[in-house]
Amino acid sequence: MAESVSAGRSAREDLVVTLEPGGHGLKVELESSVSRLYGQRIMEVVRDTLGRLGIRDCTASVKDQGALDWVIQARVEAAARRLDPKLTAEALPEPYRPLPGPVPRDRTRRSRLYLPGNQPDLMHGAALFQPDGLILDLEDAVAPAEKDAARILVRNALRAVDFGDCERMVRINQGQRGLDDLPFVLPHAVHTVLAPKAEKGADVAAVAARIRELGCGGRVWIMPIVESALGVLHAYEIASAAPEVCALAFGAEDFTRDIGAARSREGRESFVARCSIVLAARAAGVQPIDTVYGDVEDEAGLRAATEEAIALGFDGKGCIHPRQVAVVHAAYRPSDAEVVYALKVKAAIREAEAKGQGVIAIGAKMIDPPVVARALRVIKQAATYGIDAEGLEAAARTSAAAAAADQGAGGGEEG
Amino acid sequence: MSIVENALGRRVPTLVNGRPQVPFAGLGQHPPTGRKYGPPVRHNADYGNDKRTPTLRAALERAGLKSGMTIGVHHHFRNGDRVIVPMFDTIAEMGIRDIVFAPSALFPCHEPLLKHLESGVIHHIEGSMNGPIGRFCSFGKMRGQGVLRSHGGRFQAMQDGELHVDLGIIPAPAADFFGNANGVNGPSACGPLGFGLADSVFADHSIVITDHLVPFPCIPWEIAGQNIDQVVVVEQIGDPEQIVSGTTRITRSPTRLLIAEHIAQFIEEAGFLGQPFQAGAGGIALAFVGFLAERMRRAGVKAPFARGGSTRYLVDLLNEGLIGYILDGQSFDLAGVASLRDNPRHVATNPFTSYNYHSKGNIASQVAVSVLGATEVDTSFRANVVSHSDGLLLHGIGGWMNTLFADVSILAFPLFRNRIPIVVDEVVTCCAPPELIDVVITERGIAINPRRQDLLDRLKGTTLPLVSIEELAAVARKVCGKPTSPRRDLDRAVAVVKWVDGTVVDTIWKVEE
Repeated sequence: MAESVSAGRSAREDLVVTLEPGGHGLKVELESSVSRLYGQRIMEVVRDTLGRLGIRDCTASVKDQGALDWVIQARVEAAARRLDPKLTAEALPEPYRPLPGPVPRDRTRRSRLYLPGNQPDLMHGAALFQPDGLILDLEDAVAPAEKDAARILVRNALRAVDFGDCERMVRINQGQRGLDDLPFVLPHAVHTVLAPKAEKGADVAAVAARIRELGCGGRVWIMPIVESALGVLHAYEIASAAPEVCALAFGAEDFTRDIGAARSREGRESFVARCSIVLAARAAGVQPIDTVYGDVEDEAGLRAATEEAIALGFDGKGCIHPRQVAVVHAAYRPSDAEVVYALKVKAAIREAEAKGQGVIAIGAKMIDPPVVARALRVIKQAATYGIDAEGLEAAARTSAAAAAADQGAGGGEEG
Repeated sequence: MSIVENALGRRVPTLVNGRPQVPFAGLGQHPPTGRKYGPPVRHNADYGNDKRTPTLRAALERAGLKSGMTIGVHHHFRNGDRVIVPMFDTIAEMGIRDIVFAPSALFPCHEPLLKHLESGVIHHIEGSMNGPIGRFCSFGKMRGQGVLRSHGGRFQAMQDGELHVDLGIIPAPAADFFGNANGVNGPSACGPLGFGLADSVFADHSIVITDHLVPFPCIPWEIAGQNIDQVVVVEQIGDPEQIVSGTTRITRSPTRLLIAEHIAQFIEEAGFLGQPFQAGAGGIALAFVGFLAERMRRAGVKAPFARGGSTRYLVDLLNEGLIGYILDGQSFDLAGVASLRDNPRHVATNPFTSYNYHSKGNIASQVAVSVLGATEVDTSFRANVVSHSDGLLLHGIGGWMNTLFADVSILAFPLFRNRIPIVVDEVVTCCAPPELIDVVITERGIAINPRRQDLLDRLKGTTLPLVSIEELAAVARKVCGKPTSPRRDLDRAVAVVKWVDGTVVDTIWKVEE
C-alpha cells in the first residue's frame, strides 16, 4: 500500500492536505482558521473532490488557513495525483463567470504582471491593478518539487478567479515539461503562452505544434522570452517561428548571467540585446516587450527604465509587483501633443482616401507609412487612457486660432 | 433578566451584572439628566507633599482595596504594559477576589490575566476584550457580564456615575513625589496620558506608578498631583519597544495601498481636501494620509488640524506645514512622542475633550473625515467592530464609535481576509446606528450610504468604482462562499456593547465552544 502523501502550503489562504490511503470510505479530519464559519463547507469540498477523482477509501487530513474552494480542490487533486500518478480524472471548479474568448494578436501589452503559480493568495486581487496581462507563472516562481501542484492550482485559478479584462497568460516551463504543462491549462481560456528561454525557432515551433494538437491553433498566442546570448542571435528566427507568435519578450536577469556580466541600474550590458529584440520583433511583425524591473521600491527607477524601453521601441514592460503597473502605464501615456499630431495624420489619411490619392500629406509635408502606423497606435492608446482626443483637437484648433489672432492684434498695434 | 428590542431592533438585556440598563433609543434620543458624579471631598491635612508609598502592595493596602471593588487603568503602554499583570498577581496574593476590572483597552501582553479570571480574582471586565480573554468571555466563562465601551464611553460612564471606579491606577512615564505626571519623558515615554485622566478625576482613590521619578514639579502635568493619593516608584513600568515602535512603517500590501488611494481620491473628489481629518496607525489609516498629503501639495491646500494617533508621517506633515496642528490622543512611535514634547503645535487631548458625548461638544465631531476599520458591515450599513463573524469577541471598540461623528466616516478594509467576508448580509453584532456609517471603501468597490445623497451628488462622473453595498456583499459571497451562522445561545448574554450615551446598542451572546 502506498504511503501517505501531502500537497499544499502552510500559508495564509492556502492549506496542506494529507491523504492516507486505506480504511473504508472517506474520512476527513479538519483543522482550520475558519472552521466555525466554513468547516462544513470545507469538509464537503474535500469529500466531493475525492469522489470526483474516484477515490473511495482514504483519510484526508486538512490544515487550512482560509483557502477558497478552488484552492482546496486543487490541493486535494494534487495530493491524489501524488498518491496515484496514473490518475487522469480532473476535479474542475465552476468558472467564476463564463470563460472569455480569444484576444486579438496585436492587443495592447504595455504591462504584464507575474504571479507565482503556486501561491493562491496573490491571485484573486491581481486584476484590480488592471495590468494589460496577468502571467500565472509555472516556471521560475515554482520550486521543482511543486511543479505538479502548481499546474493544477493555475488550472483552477484560470476557471475560478476573476481576472477581469486582463490578458490571461501562463508562463510554462522549458522544454518537454513546458509541453506537458499545456494540456492542463489550455482548455481554460488561456490567451497567451509565455515560452521561456527560447534559443531557436524550433523551441517555439514545438510549443506551437502542441497548441495545435490540443485544438487551440489560432486561438492561443505565444510570447517567446529570449534570455540568452544564443537566443538574442536567433531572435528573428524565434519571432518568426510560428504564426501564433504575437510578441517577443526579453529577460535581462538570465541574459546578463549568460554573458558573464553583472546587471547594472542603467542596463548597459543588455543594451545591444534589447535593441536586437526590438529589431527582430519589428522585422517579424510582432510586438517587442521589455524585461521586468526588479526593484519594487524604486518607482522613479521603474519610470526611467520604462521611458527608456519606450524610446528603444518596446511595446511593453514586465512587472513583478502590482504597484508597478500604474507606473508603467503612466510612462506609456501619449502626450497631448502626440495625440493632436496623430489626429492630424488621421485626418490627412481620410482626406487622401477621399481624394483617391496614394500619397498622404499634412500641408506640403509627406507622411510615410510608419508614421501613419504610429499615429494610429497613439490614437488607440489615447482611447485606453480615456484621453478626450476630439476635445484636445478642438482645444488645439482654438489655441492656434487664438495665437493667430494675438499675432494679428500685435501686428495691428505695431502698424 | 428580561430581554427587549432596542431602537435598532437588536435584542438587549435590561439588567447587566444586576444593574438596570437603558436600551439604545436612537441617535441622540437619550438625553442625560442630573448632575455629574463627584468623588469624595478630601482634606489636605491627610496628605503630605511627598505621597510616595514604598511598594505597590503597601499602596493597595493603604488604598483599602477590598473584594468586589472596581479598578480602572489606562492603556497608553499598549502591548508594553508591565504594571497590570503583576498588580493582579499581588491582588491575588492579598486574597482579594471579585474585582471589576475597567481598563481602557487590553492587549496580548495581558493574556496572563486569564488565570485571575478563572480563579475569580477578577469578576468581570468593563472595557475591551480580545484574544484569549475575548474567547473566555464569549464562551460564557466569565463570572460577571462584560461591558464594552468606547474610549469616549468610558469617560461618559465615569462622569455620569454609571461606572464607579474605586481605585484608579495610573502608570506614568514621568512623575514627581506629589503625583504630577506626564507621558512624554522617561524611558517608558508613551506620548499623551489622557486615557488616565478620568481615573485621576473620578476614582475614589488614585495611585500613580512610575519608573522615572523627577523632582517637583513634573512639567507638563497632564495628570495633576492634586488628584492623586499615592505615588509608587518601581523598577520598570513598561517595555519601551512595545509601548511605541521605533518607526512605524507604511503597509506594503498592494491591496491596502489601493484602498488607501481610493480613500484619498474620495476625499478630494467629495470636496474635503484641506479639511480636518483623523489619522491612525493601522495599515490603511497610515497609508491614506500619505496619498492625501500628495493631493494637498498638488492642490496647494493645508488642513487646519489632524487628530492623532500620531506617527512620524503625521509629524512630517505638521513640520511641512500641511496641517496646522496635531490634536493627539495617543502616539504610536518615538517621532510622535518627541513632537508632542517639543512642538507647541502638537497638543495632547484626552477623551473628555475629544470624545465625550455627554458634554458641550467634542473634537471628534469637528473632524471632516475619519477613516476606520470594521470586522463586519452589512447591507443595511450596520457595522461590527467587537466580534468576528463567528460571534467571538476579538476587538476593542477604541475610539471607533466616537470618531463616527465626523462629517464623513469611512470604513475601509479589504473585502475579505483569509476567506472571511467583511461585507455581509447581516452583522453578528451591531456597534453603531447605520446612519453614522457614510462610506464603505474596499479594493473592489466603494459603497456610499444612500442616506448621503450629498456625497453621491458630489461624486458624479468620478472614476472611483462606486457600487452598491449589496454588490459588495454579493462579490464577497461569490468569492468566499456563504458562511454558516455562528452557533450561539441567544438567551445567554455574556457581554453588552454600550453606545456613547450609555445605552445598550447590542449584546454578545454565548458562543458554543
